[in-house]
This record gives sequence, C-alpha cells and structure tokens, in this order.
Amino acid sequence: MTNELDIFVGNTTLIDEDVYRLWLDGYSVNDAVGLRVRSGILEQTGATAGVLQSDTMDHYRTFHMLERLLHTPPKLLHQLVFQIPPSRQALLIERYYTFDEAFVREVLGKKLSKGTKKDLDDISTKTGVTLKSCRRQFDNFKRVFKVVEEMRGSLAGNIQQHFLLSDRLARDYAAVVFFANNRFETGKKKLQYLTFGDLAFCAELMIQNWTPGAVGEAPPFPSPSLDSQVDDMDVDLDKEFLQDLKELKVLVADKDLLDLHKSLVCTALRGKLSIFPEMEANFKNLSRGLVNIASKLTHTKDVRDLFVDLVEKFIEPCRSDRWLLNDVRLFLNQYSASVHSLDGFRHQALWDRYMVTLRSCLLRMYHD
Amino acid sequence: MPGKLKVKIVAGRHLPVMDRASDLTDAFVEVKFGNTTFKTDVYHKSLNPQWNSEWFKFEVDDEDLQDEPLQITVLDHDTYSANDAIGKVYIDIDPLLYSEAATVISGWFPIYDTIHGIRGEINVVVKVDLFNDLNRFRQSSCGVKFFCTTSIPKCYRAVIIHGFVEELVVNEDPEYQWIDRIRTPRASNEARQRLISLMSGELQRKIGLKVLEMRGNAVVGYLQCFDLEGESGLVVRAIGTACTLDKLSSTAAFLPACNSPSKEMKEIPFNEDPNPNTHSSGPSTPLKNQTYSFSPSKSYSRQSSSSDTDLSLTPKTGMGSGSAGKEGGPFKALLRQQTQSALEQREFPFFTLTAFPPGFLVHVGGVVSARSVKLLDRIHNPDEPETRDAWWAEIRQEIKSHAKALGCHAVVGYSESTSICEEVCILSASGTAAVLNPRFLQDGTVEGCLEQRQEENLPAGCGFCHIPYDELNMPFPAHLTYCYSCRKQKVPDVLFTTIDLPTDATVIGKGCLIQARLCRLKKKAQAEANATAISNLLPFMEYEVHTQLMNKLKLKGMNALFGLRIQITVGENMLMGLASATGVYLTALPTPGGIQIAGKTPNDGSYEQHISHMQKKINDTIAKNKELYEINPPEIPEEIIGSPIPEPRQRSRLLRSQSESSDEVIELDLSHGKKDAFVLEFYSCNTEIMPGINNWTSEIQMFTSVRVSRLSNINLTNQTLNKNFNDLCENLLKSLYFKLRSMIPCCLCHVNFTVSLPEDELIQVTVTAVAITFDKHQAVQTTKTHVEKSLQRASTDNEELLQFPLELCTDSLASHTFSPAKEHLESASSNSGIPAAQRATSVDYSSFADRCNSWIELIKLKAQTIRRGSIKTTVSVEKASPLTEGHFRQRSAPCANSTVGVVKMTPLSFIPGAKITKYLGIINMFFIRETTSLREEGGVSGFLHAFIAEVFAMVRAHVAALGGNAVVSYIMKQCVFMENPNKNQAQCLINVSGDAVIFVRESELEIISPQQPVASCQPACSGGEIAT
Repeated sequence: MTNELDIFVGNTTLIDEDVYRLWLDGYSVNDAVGLRVRSGILEQTGATAGVLQSDTMDHYRTFHMLERLLHTPPKLLHQLVFQIPPSRQALLIERYYTFDEAFVREVLGKKLSKGTKKDLDDISTKTGVTLKSCRRQFDNFKRVFKVVEEMRGSLAGNIQQHFLLSDRLARDYAAVVFFANNRFETGKKKLQYLTFGDLAFCAELMIQNWTPGAVGEAPPFPSPSLDSQVDDMDVDLDKEFLQDLKELKVLVADKDLLDLHKSLVCTALRGKLSIFPEMEANFKNLSRGLVNIASKLTHTKDVRDLFVDLVEKFIEPCRSDRWLLNDVRLFLNQYSASVHSLDGFRHQALWDRYMVTLRSCLLRMYHD
Repeated sequence: MPGKLKVKIVAGRHLPVMDRASDLTDAFVEVKFGNTTFKTDVYHKSLNPQWNSEWFKFEVDDEDLQDEPLQITVLDHDTYSANDAIGKVYIDIDPLLYSEAATVISGWFPIYDTIHGIRGEINVVVKVDLFNDLNRFRQSSCGVKFFCTTSIPKCYRAVIIHGFVEELVVNEDPEYQWIDRIRTPRASNEARQRLISLMSGELQRKIGLKVLEMRGNAVVGYLQCFDLEGESGLVVRAIGTACTLDKLSSTAAFLPACNSPSKEMKEIPFNEDPNPNTHSSGPSTPLKNQTYSFSPSKSYSRQSSSSDTDLSLTPKTGMGSGSAGKEGGPFKALLRQQTQSALEQREFPFFTLTAFPPGFLVHVGGVVSARSVKLLDRIHNPDEPETRDAWWAEIRQEIKSHAKALGCHAVVGYSESTSICEEVCILSASGTAAVLNPRFLQDGTVEGCLEQRQEENLPAGCGFCHIPYDELNMPFPAHLTYCYSCRKQKVPDVLFTTIDLPTDATVIGKGCLIQARLCRLKKKAQAEANATAISNLLPFMEYEVHTQLMNKLKLKGMNALFGLRIQITVGENMLMGLASATGVYLTALPTPGGIQIAGKTPNDGSYEQHISHMQKKINDTIAKNKELYEINPPEIPEEIIGSPIPEPRQRSRLLRSQSESSDEVIELDLSHGKKDAFVLEFYSCNTEIMPGINNWTSEIQMFTSVRVSRLSNINLTNQTLNKNFNDLCENLLKSLYFKLRSMIPCCLCHVNFTVSLPEDELIQVTVTAVAITFDKHQAVQTTKTHVEKSLQRASTDNEELLQFPLELCTDSLASHTFSPAKEHLESASSNSGIPAAQRATSVDYSSFADRCNSWIELIKLKAQTIRRGSIKTTVSVEKASPLTEGHFRQRSAPCANSTVGVVKMTPLSFIPGAKITKYLGIINMFFIRETTSLREEGGVSGFLHAFIAEVFAMVRAHVAALGGNAVVSYIMKQCVFMENPNKNQAQCLINVSGDAVIFVRESELEIISPQQPVASCQPACSGGEIAT
C-alpha cells in the first residue's frame, strides 16, 4: 500500500526552519530526510521515518510553491494564497536571499551571464555548495542585478525596497551588484585571501564616494524616495571623476613634488614607525603605485584589475617588509594628509575623494 | 423592484501576462448579474490595472438577489481574436440582504480560473439598496439568517427553537450533458460551478421561506450537501434547525432584526401550530435501551422496521407497552407530556444542533440511525416531485420511530449523508434520541427560559444521562444502575451520542478520539445485485463498528461517546466503515468493566498461556490509559452501589465470540492503545472541545490533510484490507501530531475524517481539524502533577507501547492459526474501584449475537426495499440561485492595500480567548479545479495542495471583504478528487462552508484581571450558547 497523494495544508502556512534550510541548501527530499534522521529528530519525537518523509515532502512542496513569490518578495506580502505571519515572511525572504561566502567569492566580479551559469558545476564542486543552491544564489544575484541596474537612487536602498531585505543583506547585495557591474577581478590567486566582507567593505566605500551619486552630500543609505537625488546612480563609477584622476599623476611625475611629499611624510613619521627605513626606501615606489592606479582608472581593463593592482603595488611590498597594520595606518594617514601641504598641487579635493576611500580599503585589505 | 445592486470595479493586481510579446495584459472586466452585463474600459498594458469604474447598477427582485451570484469576469482584450478569459469571481450578495449584516462588500478577491487556479486579484465594491416590499406572496425570504454553527450562535439568545427544516433540489449535471462533449473543460466547469451556485441559492431561499412560515427568523446548524449522482443528476439538499433568535446586545424584540419583509410575514396568521394537541394521550414511553455494546437503538430499529410506517404515522400506538416514566415521578411524566405535545405536531422532531441552551436537553436515550441502499436512475422529469424526497422522508420516519422506541420524542445532533458509487447510493441519517424541555419549543414562553430552568431542579450535571425509557420493559438486557451522581435515577452503563458533551456534564479526566475502522470486500456487481450485496453487508459492518467502538472505549477506561459519526462508504469492490467519536468518563455512569478474553479450548496449554498473556496486556493498556487520561474516579463502597443492580445474572454472562472478526477486533484495539501513547501530550477529540481541558490559549491552526493510498496487492482479504486502512488512518494521525509538534501542548479538536473510494484500488482519507494550544500549567488544579509526570514518562511509555501492537499483531495471527475464531471476548464490567479481573462479570456473547442476527435479518429486509427511483427535479436553471460565496459586512477600517489581514478559520463555533461580536453571514463555496498538465504542477500532491491552499485563500478573501476576521464552524463538506495520470489530467471538486464573523480578542476587549481569562474562556470553550 503506497501513498499516491499525501498533503497537509494549514490555514496558516507551516514553515519548518530546519527543513527550509535543507531545501535552500539544495538537498533532495531523500537527502534531507537522511539528514533529519541523523539530527535525532526521530528519537525526540517518537516519529517514524515514514512520517518524516511525508513531512519533508510537504514542506518541500510548500517551498516550491513559495519560490515563485520569493522571486519578487513584495508579491509574497500581498498574495492571498499563503497566510504567513509577517515575521515568518521576513525570515523566508531573508534566508532565501542569503548566500554562501564560499560561493560569492567565486562569482564576485564575474559577469552574471549564461556563461558563468555554466561554470556553476565547477563552482559547486570546488565550494561544496550543492549545484541547486549555487543556481539559486546565482539567480538571486542576477535577478537583483537586473532589477536595480538601471535604477536611480541609492543602490542598497533600491535593493531593500524591491527585495525587502535586511539592511545588512541589502548592502551585501549592493556590493555584489557593484562588483558584477564593474567586473572587478577578485578571483586571482593572490586575491584569495580577501574575504567577501573585505570586498563588500571596499565596494560600499566606492559606492559612497566614487560614483556619480556620491557628488552631492547624499547620505550613505538615503530613504528610497528618490526625489532628492535625481542623478544618483550608484552602479557605475563616476566617469568624470576617473577622468580627473589623471591629474594626480603630477604627484609622481613631478620629481620635486615627489621629493617634497616624501620628505614631508618622512619628517612626520620619523621615530613613529617600526619599519621606518623600509618605508623611506620604498616611498617612491609605493607612491608611484598608488598614483598610477588612480591615473589608469579610465581604462576599463585597469578598473577591473583595481584590486589586483592594490595588492601587487602596495599590499605585497608592505607585507614583504613586515609592516604592521598600525604602520600602514600611520603611513597612509600621513601620506594623504601631507599632500595638503604641497603648494604646487591644486587638486586637493580630488585627492581626498580618491585617497579617503583608498586608504580605508587598503587598511581593510591589509591582513594575511 | 425591491432592490438595487451597485458594483464598482476598482483595480486589479498581479494579473498574469496574457500577451507574450509585451509581457503585459490589456485587461477589462465584465460584471454580470442575472441577464444584465456591464463592462469596464480596457486598461492597456498593465498587470496592475486601475479601472476605477463608475457604479454599475442592477435593478432586481429580491428573489433574484437571493438566488443569483454576482459574476465578475476578468478578460484580456484582443483586437483580432476572441478575448481571453483570465478568470472569474463569484460573489454571493446574500449577506447584504440582512439589515444587521453588511451594507458593503469591499476588498481584494482572488481571480479564479478552473484550469489555472488563482490568477491575480481584483478589488471590488458591492452595495445593495433594498426597498421595503409589502407583497406578502413573494417568493423571497430575505432577512432569514443562516448559521452553520450547530449551537445557538454566541451573540444571540434562542427565544424559540422551532425545529427541523429541509429542502432538496435536483438538476441535470452539466458535466453529463451532451453539450459537454463539444465545449471546453473550462466552460463545462464554469457551467457546473454556476449551476451549483444557483441551486444552493434557491435552496437557501426556499428554506428561508419555510422558516418564515414557522415564524422563525434564523436557521442554525444549516448543513447543505451536494450529491453528484453522475448520469442521473445533481442533488443539492440541506437541513437545518429553524429558530427565533434574539440578539443579545439589543434588548429590542427580535422581529425588527429581520429586514423589511420578514416582519410583515410574521403578522400573517398561519394555520400552523401551537395548540398543543394531546392526541394519543399518555406519555407512553416505549423503552428501548441504549447502553449495551452497539447502540441498541439500532437493534431496535431492526425489530421495528417492519412496522415502521405504522409507527411513524400513528406515533404512539404500536410501541405502547410502556407505562409512563414512573420512576421519574409525576414531574417527569408531566414534562414528557408537554414535550411530546410540543413535538407531536412536527412531522420530524429533529434538531441539527449538537449543543443546547442550558435546560433544553432533559434526557438522552442514545444513538439512532438508519440507512438505506438505493439505485439511482436518471431524472426523467425534473419537475415532478418524487423519489429523492421520498427516500429521505422514509429514512426520517425510521429515525423518528427509533427515537420513540427509546422513549424519546426528539432527535438531536441530527445529520444526513450519502455515499454514491456508480448507480448505487447509500443514504444515512443519524442522531441522538432525546427528551427535550418543551419551553423552548413553543410560542409564548419567550420570557425567562433561562430562569425557568432552575425551577426544574434537575440533578446537576447528570440529568441528561438518566434513561428516558422504561427499565422494566427493556427489549434486551442492559445494565442499569442508579446514577452515580444523584443516586436517584437509573442510568445505563454506557452512553453513545452524536451531540457535544453538554456544558453542565461532569467528567473525570480527559477525553480522547476513538475510532472504529472497518473494510469489507464485496464482489463487483451491477445494479440490483450490487445493491443487494451491499445491503447484506451493511448490518455486519454496523455491528462490528459498534463492537469495536465498545471495546476501544473500555480499553480507554471510559464510559461514554460523544460526537459519534459513522460513515459507511461504498466503492466498486469494497465497503468501508469509519466511526469517530470522543470518549469520556462521565461521573454519572458506572465504571466500565474490563475486557476479558477466554479461550474455547481451555485444555491447550500454550493457547491458554497466550490468552493470559494477551489478557495481561489488555489490562495493562487499560491501566495506562486511565493514567494517561487521568481517569481516577472516587472509589465508592461496594454496598452503596450493590443494591440497585437489579439482576445479578445480567452482570455475569459469558461473552462467547462466534464472530470471525473477534480477533481482528482485538488487534485493532491494542494497536489503538499504543498509538495513543505515542501521542502523549497530543490530545484529540472530534467534538467542539476536549473534555477535561478548559484553559485554551489563543493559538489555533486549522488544517486539511488528504491522503490517497493505492492498495497494492491483488489478493486482498478483509484482514489485510483492515490492516491497510487502519495503518493509513493511524499514520495520518501520527503525521499530524508530528507536524503540529511545535504547538505542544495542544489538542486537536473537531477532528473530522472522511473516507472515499474514488477508484478500484484507491482509498482517500480527508481530515480537517483544528489544533488549539492550551496552558498546561493552568490546567492544573486537578491535574498538575499528572501532566508533568506524563511528560517525563513520555519516552519510556512510548517505546513500550510501540512494541505492544506489533506483538499483538503476531499474537493474534498466531492464535488465529491454532484456534481460528475460538477466542472469546468477555466483556467484564466491574464495580468501581475493584480490579476488573476479579470482578469481571461477563455477558453472554451468543445472546448478543442472536440479538444481532435478528436485527441483521431485519436490516436485510429493510435493505431489500431497494427501489428504482425516478427523481423529482425542482430546479429551473433560469431562476438562478447564488453561489453562496461570502457574506459581507461593513469593514470598520477598510484595510489598506498594503498588508493582507489575517483571517482565522476554525471548525469550532468559537475562537479561544476571543469574543465573537458579529455574525456576517454564511460562506458556502463550491470550486472545481482541473488540470491537463498534472506532472508540471507537481503531480497529484502538488495539484491538490495548491488547490486547497487556493480554496482557503478564497474563503479568507470573502470573509475579509465582508469585514470579518474569522470563519467559525468551517467545514469541508466535499473533496472529490479524480485523476488520470496517463492523460496527465486531474480534477477536483471542493465544497466548503462556515460562518463569517468578527471577533475581538478578550485582551483587547477590556483589561482583564489575571484569573479572569480562564474563567471567561470557559463558557466560550464549553460551547455554551450564551456568552455574554
């Protein structure tokens, strides 16, 4: 005797958080039942495997039906078919859009295209995240990207409005979208040590300071009402700004200016750095590195390599000289500040817009 | 022209994409009522159109208002080809016709398509302007209120309970008309939905007219059912209890409550009743005893069945023999006389109520039921009144005569049902024979029915248990004792009823769900041969169902069943019986005896050993159950009880089993015992509330669960079939407990099992129930320690008991081999406090069986009166009747479009921790869903899961549009599922109903002192009718 049909429908839709997690993680019903058995649930409740199987199937079916709505979360709130308390709705959405660190590091900065989707098999093998789950996460990225790509206003704000995510998760998605749009390279071996958190932190700063939206005094996360920032576009870097960055080249091209800058920094830091001699010896290289990165950002290719360059041109040299984080901080502070004392340099505002962000990024990225 | 209906189409949202090219839709709406249609403009290229239409106005008769549903169709405009339908909404405007109810229906309705399901939502506003109509000969019955609730609704007072109303309409089923071969499935489904909507509207109107004739203003316990008779047609029938209700809050008379018309109606002198006619004198109370094993009424019915008609036609005569209730003293006799006269004039003194105003129910006799097997025939002349009405009239007569045999003049908790397979139809009716207080039944006693009840000084909480029949003339032996509460009147040792536990009844411990399950194979046959085969099987099934119930009840250590519902389902090659009831221990009744097994071949040592082993297990189970359900009646000294027991011989008969089924019975019993332990803290019952639990908290979860099982093997025997069926039900219950474990401690209430046999090898079980949480710690006063103990004990108990059934299965198999059918079931009844084994008094099983046989004969006789019927049809399609879809109430705060308001649904008549402030009307909805892409929709499970979720959604939307926030007395009356996996097709029909209400949380109502919630919850929970 076999059950051909076996369903349970509650007036309030039952959501089992544990089963939801298993479903999100891409386990098949049978695998999920296996995992639940191992969790000891049978002993706790005195249920049988059959009961567990039926229960799991039921939940999976419910989630499957909910998935269509989860693709556009506001629909979940307005639909009438599933009566779900608001707190549960929020949980469903948040969990559905939550992604795995391992997965996001593989995809971050890649084009969210069919091509990448084909690579999901490999990513799944590499990260240990099931293919199903990889697909869901990838599709989430793509869906969010498509919706907010062309929108005006705060990126994170838009995401929050259209996907009803928590503040934290919306910011992470903003980073994912920003990376995907600008195609920053993050997959190189030497960048592997960077966590998603590091990169998201950098993305957030860049969105705040380097995009067209950053020009007015837009608060970091403005309310979704877009009226105040008509031209606020957070997804692309500010072209004008990138163009202007070429002007910074004078800091390394003009030998006097470079020497003066070096002496200002060295004077200020003498005795304060454990690695002062190394710093002094390397100053010109480091400065050249940082300024060249800025001046090349007009080329798309170089924008993509931004993080590679930062690591190669700054972080790796410092690391090989065993700079401490505090040394880096003191150096960068002084390095940025001293420029204000260079009389011959006229692009103070531009420099600050560049360096404030870069300094924070570098500090965040400076770890093993 | 008594009414103007006004409709405004506001907006749509989440519409489906109808134009692939643009990914958008050009939607417009057709609004149709009767033969008038209006259209909105086309709103181009949007999935969220804002029509904001003008008010469409329909000028209509109130008869049409009652019958017709408002039909709203959303379409996609197509310039070059036919417009595509997106979906429809049917709105029942009946609620707008009561002055007390809604003045506007407004809200988002799911747009429903029978092929695609819900496709977006539409926002609609509906209003009705009614003009007073002075025409006394009109056909409408606007203003009569309908309630599904089977008790007096909470915010009303029963002034008079008039009694039984019934009606039935018949039509051809569109699905079987010739045109169905050429139209699309969608058109066919819609024709069907619309027809049923019209028929139920007409039915309701006709019942309303009957109520007005009786001078009532409401129908309570309204139960409407569809019989899909296939080729032979479609029957919509309804029963209910006509009442005159008075709104509690308003001190004004009840009459103004009805809108315009009913008032005038009232003044017309009808030639109706109320001169108490005293014919056929005396309170002759035919005696039939309930109590023993299977409900005696049944056995009685057999005896009497031959003379049925006479009995029913001339009520008092045949049954005679009874002297008036002398034991009851003059008062009782008087009471009876009154009641009798009050009821005499009614054709059928039946009440569909299951809970009653205090003092209404005087005595309960026991369950009465009747079944008959009929052959369906095509309805040749729809307008000629015949057959279907006659069939039911016949059954009702039988019920009535059974009740009389039990010394009762009324039947309460009355219900009717059918089971159809091909051309065979089993009609069933059952209820509880009872003696009622006449005061509620007559005019002119309006005032102070409540006060009066005190005069009657019936012994508190036990009066209803006292036998209404004559103890000296019982047709077969039963154990009567003096009531354990008052010690003045006689009570039976066991009581079976179809009603809820009366509020004032005193019980010990908790109740539990008790089910008897049974399958019987039958040969496939045609027409009359088939009907005969079925009729031959029925008596055996009924007998066995009762035996199972009795044994399971004893196994639980309990002595009464409430809410008993026996369903017999007929299939191609088998019959299934499923009885559900809630067992309790009534303080007034004696302690049930144990169960004893005796071998027929006592010389066989190993066999004896086996028997004693089994016996021990049974005794252990009883002991455990007593502990689990906290049944610890006070011990009463033997002497006190001793004397009244009339004849010792009655108590010491040996039950001798000759039935082949006895070992199955045992098997079932014990497995049941085990399951309940698994349940632990999960209590379940099929009545409104769980006896013994009264501190409900506010969390409720109503659900429907459906399982369809395929019987795998070819050589089915009754035994394997029984086991399969039993497993199916048990597993289903276990799954429910598991699923709802997060709510523990909680109780499943109003558990409603329905079995159907959709195909040869398929069994479908549908369960609807509500899980309610309760506060374990407040429960306490009496039971604190125990609950905790049982918690700790849980796991160990579990294991033990889980093994128990397994062993027993093998055991009973084994025993079967060496002594087939040799086991004896002794029913031992012991006096309270004395170990069952010692005191075991057993009853002679064979005499039992004889009795049985005799009534089996009679059943056969009865059953052979199968007639080919021709059916009357009373429906004319043109006179549409509304698909009762929702009743609407002004919403106090039209909820913003943003969030969807929560609508609670429950099969109970109340909402724990809340007070119902207003009834908005009944919801009665019928849906068909069909698919031709079954696999793509997730197979049969995916298909039905989605459909049921959609049905819930549509019910909620209608309630919300009425301004309500809950549905009480919700019931899924039908869930007919058919599949054809080879063609990738499936179809399902669902019929649901309930009462839309507004409730207010008690906590919001006022600031309540800490103890009060419990106190105030109690009356509500106990199904008390008058909650002020």
